[in-house]
Amino acid sequence: MFPASFDFFKASSVADAVSILSREDDAKLLAGGHSLLPLMKLRLASPAVLVDISALEELAFVEDKGDYVAVGALTRHHDVANSELLKSAVPILPFVASKVGDPSVRHRGTIGGSIAHGDGASDLPAAILALDSDLVAVGPDGERVIQAKDFFLGFLETALRPNEILTEIRVPKFSGGWSYQKFNRRAQDWAIVGVAAVHNGSTKISLVNMASTPIRASAVEAALADGASVEVASGVASEGLEPPSDLNASADYRRHLAQVLVKRALTEALG
Amino acid sequence: MTALITGSSERVTGTRLLRREDPKLLTGEAKFIDDITQQDVLYMALLRSPMAHARIDSVDTSAAMKMPGVVAVFSGADLKGDWVAPMPCAWPVTADMKNPPHYPLAADVVNYVGDAVAVVLASDKLSAIDATERIVVKYESLPVVLDLQDAASDRVLVHPDLGTNTSFVWEVTPDKAKVDHAFATAVHVVKSRYIQQRLIPSAMEPRGVLVVPQPYGGDYTVFSSTQIPHILKVMLSLTVGISETKLRVIAPSVGGAFGSKLNIYSEEVLALTLARKLHRPIRWTEERSENAQATIHGRGQLQDIDIAADENGKILAVRVNVLADMGGYLQLLTPGVPLLGGFLYHGLYDVPAYSFTCTGVFTNKTPTDAYRGAGRPEATFAIERSIDRLARKIGVDPAEIRRRNFIPAEKFPYASAPGLVFDSGNYLPNLEKALEMVGYPEIRSEQMKRRSGGSKKHLGVGLSCYVEMCGLAPSKVLGSLRYAAGGWESATVRILPTSKVQVVTGTAPHGQGHETSWSMIVSDRLGIAPDDVEVLHSDTSIAPYGLDTYGSRSLSVGGSAVFMATEKVLGKARQIAAHKLEASADDLDYKDGSFCVKGSPDKAVALSTIAFEAFTGHDLPEGVEPNLEATVTWDPPNFTFPFGTHIAVVEIDEDTGATELLRYVAVDDVGNQINPMIVEGQIHGGIAQGVAQALFEEAVYDGSGNLLNPTFTDYLVPSAAEYPSFELGSTVTPSPTNPLGVKGVGEAGCIASPPAVINAVVDALSDFGVEHVDMPASPEKIWTAIQSFRRSR
Amino acid sequence: MQITTIVNGRSYTKDVEPRTLLVQYIRDVLGLTGTNVGCDTSSCGACTVLLNGESVKSCTVLAVQVNGQELTTIEGMATDSGLHPIQKAFQENHGLQCGYCTPGMVMAAASFLNENPNPTEREVREALEGNLCRCTGYHNIIKSVLAAANAMEGAM
Repeated sequence: MFPASFDFFKASSVADAVSILSREDDAKLLAGGHSLLPLMKLRLASPAVLVDISALEELAFVEDKGDYVAVGALTRHHDVANSELLKSAVPILPFVASKVGDPSVRHRGTIGGSIAHGDGASDLPAAILALDSDLVAVGPDGERVIQAKDFFLGFLETALRPNEILTEIRVPKFSGGWSYQKFNRRAQDWAIVGVAAVHNGSTKISLVNMASTPIRASAVEAALADGASVEVASGVASEGLEPPSDLNASADYRRHLAQVLVKRALTEALG
Repeated sequence: MTALITGSSERVTGTRLLRREDPKLLTGEAKFIDDITQQDVLYMALLRSPMAHARIDSVDTSAAMKMPGVVAVFSGADLKGDWVAPMPCAWPVTADMKNPPHYPLAADVVNYVGDAVAVVLASDKLSAIDATERIVVKYESLPVVLDLQDAASDRVLVHPDLGTNTSFVWEVTPDKAKVDHAFATAVHVVKSRYIQQRLIPSAMEPRGVLVVPQPYGGDYTVFSSTQIPHILKVMLSLTVGISETKLRVIAPSVGGAFGSKLNIYSEEVLALTLARKLHRPIRWTEERSENAQATIHGRGQLQDIDIAADENGKILAVRVNVLADMGGYLQLLTPGVPLLGGFLYHGLYDVPAYSFTCTGVFTNKTPTDAYRGAGRPEATFAIERSIDRLARKIGVDPAEIRRRNFIPAEKFPYASAPGLVFDSGNYLPNLEKALEMVGYPEIRSEQMKRRSGGSKKHLGVGLSCYVEMCGLAPSKVLGSLRYAAGGWESATVRILPTSKVQVVTGTAPHGQGHETSWSMIVSDRLGIAPDDVEVLHSDTSIAPYGLDTYGSRSLSVGGSAVFMATEKVLGKARQIAAHKLEASADDLDYKDGSFCVKGSPDKAVALSTIAFEAFTGHDLPEGVEPNLEATVTWDPPNFTFPFGTHIAVVEIDEDTGATELLRYVAVDDVGNQINPMIVEGQIHGGIAQGVAQALFEEAVYDGSGNLLNPTFTDYLVPSAAEYPSFELGSTVTPSPTNPLGVKGVGEAGCIASPPAVINAVVDALSDFGVEHVDMPASPEKIWTAIQSFRRSR
Repeated sequence: MQITTIVNGRSYTKDVEPRTLLVQYIRDVLGLTGTNVGCDTSSCGACTVLLNGESVKSCTVLAVQVNGQELTTIEGMATDSGLHPIQKAFQENHGLQCGYCTPGMVMAAASFLNENPNPTEREVREALEGNLCRCTGYHNIIKSVLAAANAMEGAM
């Protein structure tokens, strides 16, 4: 299939993109297109206007900022996965990026696109959440910083306003253990359940596809903070969660997988 | 290899000759249906029903007509007078089979989601598809029937006019008393129910059709992505009412089929009908999500199989009841598919008493039809799962129970209880070879080690021994089965003036490499290079007679016809040579492209000389026609019966239920192998498709009859990352039913592998008391099985 | 919109609708029909081409997004001296049957071998996770890519 008709604008700068977004009704940003175009081809999305930012080179970077690494929103999964800086400063992030889709998807899809899409089943948003990253958005009134924990609001719904652009992800460096567990049936698929764990003094865990948004396993984190063993803490991995049921897994099975995978993630991250 | 006559001192058959088909496919030169362009063409798009069962109250096409680029829009009612017969079902399996009329566009009632209700023709593809969204159809919903047993109950009817959902009941029970007696007196009875889930064939190339009319000459050329150009031509003539003399059907490069392009589809009939109506070329290319609903599905059966055995596990009787899902209508071969397995539920075991009954029922789903294996995977799964259960019940090894039951080699040709004659077989050495290749004792001991060590990674080994039937023939037997076509195949061999050879075959390859294999057969017999042999096919103007490619028939029937036509043309050449050499034809030897008088190698004449002589006709013996050409239409005396042993080794993660296929060993006996490289390729692909059925794939419907997974993101066709490399071996038991001694290999892998994998899965789970896991054995199903065992303790 | 692209070394300037997918541009506008379409959802990889030397699924890129960029399609692989080593390896190892997924497989393999010239079997399997084939069971595709890696390594 192919998309319904739309008006197309190629943004010349972030400011230009913001002004087009502010001006046009029903406009959507287009970066790598690997979240949006498949929906448009199946006519599950038909925005009236597309604003192409894929050529904005100023948004494709990975830079050392001391305490954190700044990753430009248009950095492709492939480049995140192969960044030497990220591999040494935030090794979980390139690892997770290397598990997104397949190599051709990673040559095109971007970290900002994946995060801004805010899919609870996708890998990178959960990693960003476990890493307590900051997300930089630019709108008509300038720049603002949104904490990852405040970013994912609901099913495909984020804190970005319709005329804002996610420009940068600030990922704190860490030196401790980490793990990313992705369970799926085919390598190219979305995670049925995924678990990102980062241990850096305290332990932070987030879950993929266990809710309508990426979500922190707060019950596990609290149990660990109280000194619970890995065995005990992973037992509460799905506490309070309403995971989806779909063709690949029922909610009950997801709850079970979350416990198994949290245990594996903690064993690896803490081990 | 045995017994293949050759005219060459260097044998080509049996070698791994590289495929001549490859360069054009590897470079993008090959033309698939969607690559063919035509001036002034109209693009066709179909509006399909979103309802599984509904009355069509009205179809308003006015808004669609006003869309840019749109040339015409038709509803089913608009075209009612444009066809002379409904879509064909060529296998009315019983005299009283119920077959509701099925037209390319539904006019009154839709019977599945995807049933076409209107068609748009526009100057480009995008406009055509856009316009379908503007057609307004008012539906009045009707109750749906989705479940097979519910369908059989006739609680709700798919086609109320028929008065029942049952299309037919078909039975093979040669001696019911014998079966009843065996069950009454058996020491062991194993009763099982298996589900053959619905599968989406998923050829990588979706379907497509292009019809080019010559309005003033009255001729139509139909290009279609089909495996049956010849059958399509006949059926199009019968349904659309255009004389066969005015129709030419061409199958261009076809991107895989697996049975899904062995059909007469609405779009083919529509495109031809509309080309006639509008005097314009018409083209249509299927979208992937459209393919999931508009192209036939495979399998869809509920199987009840009982086996009776004596105290040693010797099987005395097999009794089978199958409920088969036809879907909303009967397509070309829909009712016959379960019957192709109906004679084989005793597998390769010597079973004296047999009963098989199949009930075909309508449901509000996409029609089913032949999908790789067609009936034989279902039969093989049922008997191979059941014999494993019998083995477990009486406490013998799965390999041993098979040994005890094999038809012994000395019984061939073997007359089976349901009435077939198995051509040749030697099962025991085949099984032993597979066991040796996999290292059976070592794997069993590793399995025990893991069990006693309390490992959470459980090892399972699954055996599957299979026999199947392919090369459907002879025609008179197919007639007795009420199959509307014959089982023959035709071939023409021409030795051209420059002694190059032209072969015309009635088979229609779509990935099987016939051009290469057929050239090898001819090359060997004539003692010339394979590159000097051209193979023409898949065009009804070039190859007027043919029955196409399906059911693993092409080599055993079509390849044999090629061999026989070569033999025949060589006979004519021999007469001319005898005349030239002033010798008796019987006194001539033929080798490496020359005839010579026996014992006098210097008295020789080259085939090239004879070819040119035959072309000029200047000096031919009395009564011999010019040119070297021969045609043979061959109707084999019997099916062929390939067999083999497949062994899967799996590892199951107890915590997640995930199955990893660690190893896969296959030892197949497909008779003589013309090109072992191509044979192995067919087996690899078949194994992968069967493993996909066992572990990954299923067309899932919701309670309203919506297909929930019409795209490749949800319908899990596995990738390279989900498979190991396969370990292949072979034994060779030539078939006595054809001159090549070949059997057939296209479907074997897909027939053998599902039970191998599920037997391995169940074996791995035996610690948990699991007796069966339905396909696809998803991680969740396996986890659930383990959970229910734990809860029961 | 007017776009200019370099495809297989040749420059093209064409008008396209914004919604034209890259694969439609390649097939219908440029007439390079070697690149195939197998699905709607960027799952199957039949449409894989190289964009600036890297594999992408051309069904999930808009033509207007590649203005000014370089593409290589299957038609750009063989040269006057014959098949590309990857194409050759596919023929020698029977890595194709119907051939429909093949152009995408070859392009995905080309991109991958450029990034990883000495892969293991497992790495090749994972590298091709986004390219579906229904005929070969992948066995001989994997063999072909490993053989191509050897051949290309030897040539360097």
